[in-house]
Amino acid sequence: MAHLEDQRSTVYHVDPSHPETDTLPTLRTEELLLNMGPQHPSTHGVLKVILELEGERIVKSTPVMGFLHRGVEKLAEHGTYHQFIPHTDRLDYVCAMYNNFAYCRAVEKLMGITVPDRAEYLRTIVAEVQRIIGHLFWLGTQALDIGAMTVFFYTFRDREILLDWFDELCGARLTTSWYRIGGVERDFTPELEQKIRKFLDYFPPKIDEYVVFLERNRIWLARTKGVAVISAEDALSFGLSGPTLRGSGVDYDLRKYESYGAYPRCEFSVPVGKNGDTYDRYWIRIEEMRESIKIIRQCMDQMEPGPIMADVPSVTLPPKERVFTNLESMIQQFKLFSQGFDAPVGEIYCGTEAHKGELGFYIVSTGGGRPYRLKIRAPSFIHMGAFDHMARGYMIADAITIFGTYDIVMGECDR
Amino acid sequence: MSDNIDTPSTQEQPPSSAQEAETNEKAPAAPPSLIFLADRIREKFPEAVIAAKEWRGDLAVTVTREALHAICRFLRDDPEMDFDYIVHVSSVDWPDEPERFEVVYEVYSIRKRHRIRIKTRVPEHDCIVDSMTDIWRGAEFMEREVFDMMGIRFRNHPDLRRILMPDDYTEGYPLRKDFPLQGKGWRDTFEFLNDPAN
Repeated sequence: MAHLEDQRSTVYHVDPSHPETDTLPTLRTEELLLNMGPQHPSTHGVLKVILELEGERIVKSTPVMGFLHRGVEKLAEHGTYHQFIPHTDRLDYVCAMYNNFAYCRAVEKLMGITVPDRAEYLRTIVAEVQRIIGHLFWLGTQALDIGAMTVFFYTFRDREILLDWFDELCGARLTTSWYRIGGVERDFTPELEQKIRKFLDYFPPKIDEYVVFLERNRIWLARTKGVAVISAEDALSFGLSGPTLRGSGVDYDLRKYESYGAYPRCEFSVPVGKNGDTYDRYWIRIEEMRESIKIIRQCMDQMEPGPIMADVPSVTLPPKERVFTNLESMIQQFKLFSQGFDAPVGEIYCGTEAHKGELGFYIVSTGGGRPYRLKIRAPSFIHMGAFDHMARGYMIADAITIFGTYDIVMGECDR
Repeated sequence: MSDNIDTPSTQEQPPSSAQEAETNEKAPAAPPSLIFLADRIREKFPEAVIAAKEWRGDLAVTVTREALHAICRFLRDDPEMDFDYIVHVSSVDWPDEPERFEVVYEVYSIRKRHRIRIKTRVPEHDCIVDSMTDIWRGAEFMEREVFDMMGIRFRNHPDLRRILMPDDYTEGYPLRKDFPLQGKGWRDTFEFLNDPAN
């Protein structure tokens, strides 16, 4: 940042050696207050930032959030554990599957349920597909925001393929609610499995295609390299996570640190950046897509037929076909949804590595069918805490790169 | 809040014993107990630790409000603790208890890979705790959220304002248990363009 400070101090100098210096009127300079958002297209929703500017440089920034606040944590206290799953879709609405996953894992930890093997593999595959979707979305919109339009069409083309699978899998493209406490809602069909295998060969060359668009684009490079730099120490202190933290050189990835799902049975590496700038985070996301493909391939190979739901009748839902044919199962389903299951007294925190960072659920239970308190640790919200620190000294236009570097989604930020 | 130290017990586990055995076989070694962290805090601050409980692999330590800041500083600076990463700050409302609010800090150590939850209780008439912003900078926004939602104030916080609710919101603190789910009427005061009532 030192060089930026220097530049800032020279911006307003009137050249004293100029022969007409004395006759020039004195330039009045003052800080300008600029409201950015909440209807700015690059804020990805409704985020407002008040920028204090000196010329074009940001002296101080104050994020104003909460335009999308819906009180999800309050709603959670008034519904059963099963009923909260669709609410998690609306947190990070770009990546609903991972929110479902994180929430279901937290409830399973609270209830002490072990998920059967096949369900773990299915969950891991879909979570990694969702990670690819998230990164494709990020790549397209981030490049679009800072002036490289072409790649947007390519990433969205491939994102559509994956969203169509979700449509086939659970009937919805974005708000999926496919994960269930103790397992998943339904298995892959053989056609879907074939499509996934086809995609595994189709996709890696496409990643190289995106890279060509961006890494030979001088404007894009100039706007990402050395922008939004944060040191590893600061990033940790601010509680950043995911690619935003790993860009600064910390290999904190919950898939490795507190491995879950089928991740311990897969081989993959965690890409880590060096400079802590937007370019490094871009590189990490690109590499993570390649790693995701590896994980999906390994899961597809290792996966064996088996149950997709844990057999704990007091907690998990009966299979749909039994609900329609068997009276006991129908009563079970009805009771689980209307009254919920009896959770033990206690409290847990369970963090999951979503593609934005650590998405965690802190659940306090006093028994009964509803959480007494449910707190969502949303990476987008916590990343915004570092915005002022990361934006100082940069230009106004860089503020857009900095929103982008977090991969911010306001649904999750405001909850 | 019991005073005794619990190890993860099996009695709450609903599955049958057969499934239990299968679970143990599949799972890698159970994560080692973290209770030594609580013991070390107790050693250093014998008066401050009220309770320590380990459940489902999570360690939660309840401490007195006065010692909270010193303990958090110790957690970050002590090389054996080394908690350099703040996970979340949260709060729980227990309206029937004399010390109504509970403030929860969850921190993690990237190098040592352990996790601890520090909790403290504050009464309603004096709900203020020390801010941890000078220890973990990320606490700034997280504490603001706790203030906004639960009305707990933080001493020495650099910028304690509402964060998710509007600045001029006057109906109180939405996550308190006595706040109704439907709100208190403020949201019905807006005018809508095509509202036939206008």
